[in-house]
Amino acid sequence: MNRNVRRRYASTVWLGLMYLLTVVALIPLGLVLWFTISKGLPPVLHIEFFTNPFRPFGIPGGGVSHAIVGTGILVGLASLMAIPIGVLGGVYVAEYAVDPWASWVRLASDVLVGTPSIAIGLFAYALVVVPMHHFSGIAGSVALAILMLPIIIRTTEGAVALVPNGLRESGLALGLPRWRVSLQLIVPAAAPGVITGALLAVARASGETAPLLFTTLGNTLFKVNPVADQIQALPLTVYQYALLPYKSLQDQAWGAALVLVVMVLITNLLSRWALRRQIRLAGQL
Amino acid sequence: MAAAIEASTAAIPPVRRVPDRFRTLTAVVAATAPLVLVVIVAILYQQAAPSVRHFGLGFLTGVDWNPVTDSFGALPAIFGTVATSFVALALAVPVGVAVAVVLAEQGQTTIRGILGTGIELLAAIPSVVYGIWALYVLAPWSFAHLEVPISDRFGFIGWLSQPGVRSLFNASLVLAVMILPTLSAISREVIKAVPRGLKESAVALGATWWETTWRVMLPSARAGIFGATILALGRALGETIAVTMVIGNRYAIPPSIFSPAYTLASVIANEFSEATGTLYPAALIELGLVLILVTLVVNIVALLLVRSTSREASRAA
Repeated sequence: MNRNVRRRYASTVWLGLMYLLTVVALIPLGLVLWFTISKGLPPVLHIEFFTNPFRPFGIPGGGVSHAIVGTGILVGLASLMAIPIGVLGGVYVAEYAVDPWASWVRLASDVLVGTPSIAIGLFAYALVVVPMHHFSGIAGSVALAILMLPIIIRTTEGAVALVPNGLRESGLALGLPRWRVSLQLIVPAAAPGVITGALLAVARASGETAPLLFTTLGNTLFKVNPVADQIQALPLTVYQYALLPYKSLQDQAWGAALVLVVMVLITNLLSRWALRRQIRLAGQL
Repeated sequence: MAAAIEASTAAIPPVRRVPDRFRTLTAVVAATAPLVLVVIVAILYQQAAPSVRHFGLGFLTGVDWNPVTDSFGALPAIFGTVATSFVALALAVPVGVAVAVVLAEQGQTTIRGILGTGIELLAAIPSVVYGIWALYVLAPWSFAHLEVPISDRFGFIGWLSQPGVRSLFNASLVLAVMILPTLSAISREVIKAVPRGLKESAVALGATWWETTWRVMLPSARAGIFGATILALGRALGETIAVTMVIGNRYAIPPSIFSPAYTLASVIANEFSEATGTLYPAALIELGLVLILVTLVVNIVALLLVRSTSREASRAA
């Protein structure tokens, strides 16, 4: 065979192989989704699953309402802490990008994203649980807030950097002070991108188990006071029930996993939609 | 003449420099990120102090883990952490680079969009969901269809014998799936950052698609892909929940990759909330300290590598 023909065939074969490997990479996604849906759907179809809290093995009608509400409280509190700090921090890093300090903040955020979440859990334990002398929801929220912070800083930075310089310059030319330019012109123009970051951070925080293990610790009861009580969370439910030898609780673990996956996927799709709006908005400005 | 210029510039009133308070304020708020990082290490060191003082450097080489006799050593957990992560990298890197090559191709075709979205969703799935899937689906499957056949044929090699459902290998398998999105997303960025001119020159010289990719694109992106690999290594080292659910949790250096083992993160996850006394929790926190220091170094090295490649690329372009 002609050498050049052989080269062309080889190239096509390699191209096919690369695509094949990409499809192979997606098989786990399909399998995880398939098993979560097929095993998680039966328990989720009972209304008690959403309306009742934990019931011991053998007593029918148990659910995960305490965990769903608990995840809402834990992640909500964490967002209250992380979003304002993260957005302001992100605005700083983008608006004063030439500051040497900004590049340190950027590096620290990138490193913080990769910090093992279990170590962040240990940190929240030492910072909140030890002085308070008991496990509590607020300790879990602090751990989640630390996880969310770098994600929000980096995405806010990206969104602010997308805003065209002309907007900034026109604001300054009108004599507006820097803070009004940043907060009243730039941040609104970057809002969809900032929301993307917040949503991604919320999605990540709602799925985290490791930082909650020895901060909020979990609860079988329906508790809502994050300062006084340990609070249950959905990922904790999946982790704890999956390792128990009782079939009905294992089923509930799959159900909780399904709820978690649906929540996370919806948040992710929303964030994509917000990001697309951001790109379109930046194009119009 | 010079005097005239001086006189005219002197006439302009000096610009009143307003201190930029907004900048100071946001800089202080932004300081939270570096501050948290420093405080995490400091507090963990302080909490681990009893164990650090008691065991010294021997902690890193000790193989015991006995809360009854207060005898603690980290070596089996360090071994398990490093071994699972490297096996996971060996499985994930070839696939991850292939994905990156595919996704970095030019032209926005629908199929590539779908593939890219799929890979990103893979990153969004919570670790505990991978954990329950690995526990009930992946590990039993891998035991029956990978571990047993492999050890039947190659069991005479010690570290490929003794298949088990909960094993270091199965933990690596789920880790490989979990680090794949990191690996391919960052590799795609560095491959995309390779200057267009390089690729075009190769094509102009008559190189095929594969020759361009293998001899031009991948070598130019080498340092960045290496950085992406190290970044993925950092993720793998610190991953807790999914690994804890399938690794078997046995505190010993495993004789085979198909045997149960333990990692730094899983020991902490399993034992910390029940640890009593002074030395036991301190030893667990020292494991956490070892973990965080290793991941810090790994992450910083990786970030510098990735940044230097993209900067080099933009300079070349």
